[in-house]
Amino acid sequence: MSNLAITPSTAPRAQTREGYWHHLRYIMAENPLTGISFGLFFGLIAVAIFGPYLVPFDPVATGVGPALQPPGVSHWFGTDHLGRDVFSRVVVATRLDLLISVSAVTLSFVFGSIIGCFAGYFGGWTDRISGRLMDTIMAFPLFVLAMGIVAAAGNSIENIVYATAIINLPFYARMARAEVSIRRNAGFVQAARLSGNSELRVLFGHIFPNTLPPMMVQISLNMGWAILNAAGLSFIGLGVQPPMPEWGILVAEGANFIISGEWWLVVFPGMALMLAVFTFNLIGDGLRDLVDPQRRT
Amino acid sequence: MSLGVKSKRVLTRLLQAVPTVFGILVVCFILTRALPGDPAAYFAGDMADEASIEQVRENLGLDQPLPIQFVTYVGDLLQGDLGVAISTGQTVTQELAKRLPASLELTLGALLLALTIAVPLGVLAATRPNSWVDHLCRFLVTAGVSLPTFFTGLALLYVFYYLLGWAPPPMGRLDMMFLPPESITGFYTIDSLIAGDWALFKASLAQMALPLITLALFTLAPIARMTRAAMLQTLASDYVRTARAAGLSRRRVLITYAFRNALLPVITTLGMVFSFVLGANVLVEKVFAWPGIGSFAVEALVVSDYAAVQGFVLSMALLFVALNLLIDVTYTLIDPRVGEDS
Repeated sequence: MSNLAITPSTAPRAQTREGYWHHLRYIMAENPLTGISFGLFFGLIAVAIFGPYLVPFDPVATGVGPALQPPGVSHWFGTDHLGRDVFSRVVVATRLDLLISVSAVTLSFVFGSIIGCFAGYFGGWTDRISGRLMDTIMAFPLFVLAMGIVAAAGNSIENIVYATAIINLPFYARMARAEVSIRRNAGFVQAARLSGNSELRVLFGHIFPNTLPPMMVQISLNMGWAILNAAGLSFIGLGVQPPMPEWGILVAEGANFIISGEWWLVVFPGMALMLAVFTFNLIGDGLRDLVDPQRRT
Repeated sequence: MSLGVKSKRVLTRLLQAVPTVFGILVVCFILTRALPGDPAAYFAGDMADEASIEQVRENLGLDQPLPIQFVTYVGDLLQGDLGVAISTGQTVTQELAKRLPASLELTLGALLLALTIAVPLGVLAATRPNSWVDHLCRFLVTAGVSLPTFFTGLALLYVFYYLLGWAPPPMGRLDMMFLPPESITGFYTIDSLIAGDWALFKASLAQMALPLITLALFTLAPIARMTRAAMLQTLASDYVRTARAAGLSRRRVLITYAFRNALLPVITTLGMVFSFVLGANVLVEKVFAWPGIGSFAVEALVVSDYAAVQGFVLSMALLFVALNLLIDVTYTLIDPRVGEDS
């Protein structure tokens, strides 16, 4: 992590940056999957942004083709029981799925970091109360707690985001707390304090940036889980309402047809879901190799 | 002497569960009071006028201050009163108790299956790095983490029910042809064995096979990953090198020295695994129409039966705490380091 620390003169900085790129190239060469995963990641983003403009059919329009047609030339992923084009629906769903998980992870990152930073820096009662709070969240099976929250707060996409954010909060708070508390009295922190910075400035200006590399790994590993979680919630009928295309709902709709052999309704959205989760997990592993060479397995 | 230290630790751990349970009760209480809109208006029904809503509010004690409401809530819980499930008209406690054995049979069976596969797999992968076992382990771990449980379940259904015809249709715990065995443990497989009915045992096992495999595939991943990492770490440690240098047999080094120590971190991660399993259980029950508390909660969610959902959340959380307690107590009992320092 020393290569990310801010150094006073430009010469060593350029040198560390050189080292960083060298390390990046080394990681990429050693594990080509990391390179592939970054490619997939940008592909996903592109599909989320441009997908709705590129798809051949309207994803919610019924009867654009015959009902329950297997994959073919005109409908690449086949059609569902209302004659909707599965390919268009799977592609358009990308945006909503990524949006839900990105907002949820952002929320838990921001609030988890703040809670964890305060707990790690000030200790004492702040630490004890926030620790208890996080323990209480972790005392529930997390998916079940998300179900309970959505059921109590109301069945909407917004609440899916909040529920996913809440169940991920402890991971960020604990990590931020651990990373901050080991640096609480480090040399550079004492120097910053001595030069007259306020406590909050020391905490968020000097300590917090140092916790970012491990947090990035956590974010990326967490994204995959958030996607799975949101899809699971909509699979059981929470949050996203039909006919809006979303991967979990698409699988749930297709589930009724799997025992009569119409596999394409389940397989394609399921594969999209898997690919997205897989991408984020691979990126997480790659980032971990990048920022923390010791924890490689 | 060592037993004294251990039993003291077990007792401390049991006491530590008290604040956790209290926290769970508070959260569940908040969830019951966070209903969209006015809970009294909700329970009074759509046709209620102002006066009858007020009446319901008084009956439910919603006009009292929150701490008093909380005390009443806990008091009701202690008597096993979780309210009435609107969808079936029976009390939530009865409904949950009726369905709990089905969920437990599935969850515990899957955990057992996952453990019996994942632990040897992790050990083999760690002792033979870069062999086919190691690659298989890595593949299963990646697949288990990335595959949504409901998708695995549906894929297995398609292959083994529709294409191959090996599995029975996903219609609950037992084929219509059979009557459930006399209930002793509530687990159909064990009860049918006790009754000595082989045909019944085979039928219930056939129904359970696919959901069990689905859940186990998902559970296997974190356990295998942890076992492999822990084994690699202990195999690289000084005491294993010393044991090898002292000329102990390979078997003895592997089992007595490396494996027993590697088990400890594996057992600690089991807590997280339980959390995932209990969540995934809901999805698997929905896919296979398994009549457990998970599918009960999903049905209740669809018809906005809040008391039922909240009862489900509470009982799942308590089950999770109990499983964690069990793990921690086991950990204390098998940890070779505990008791030596006394």
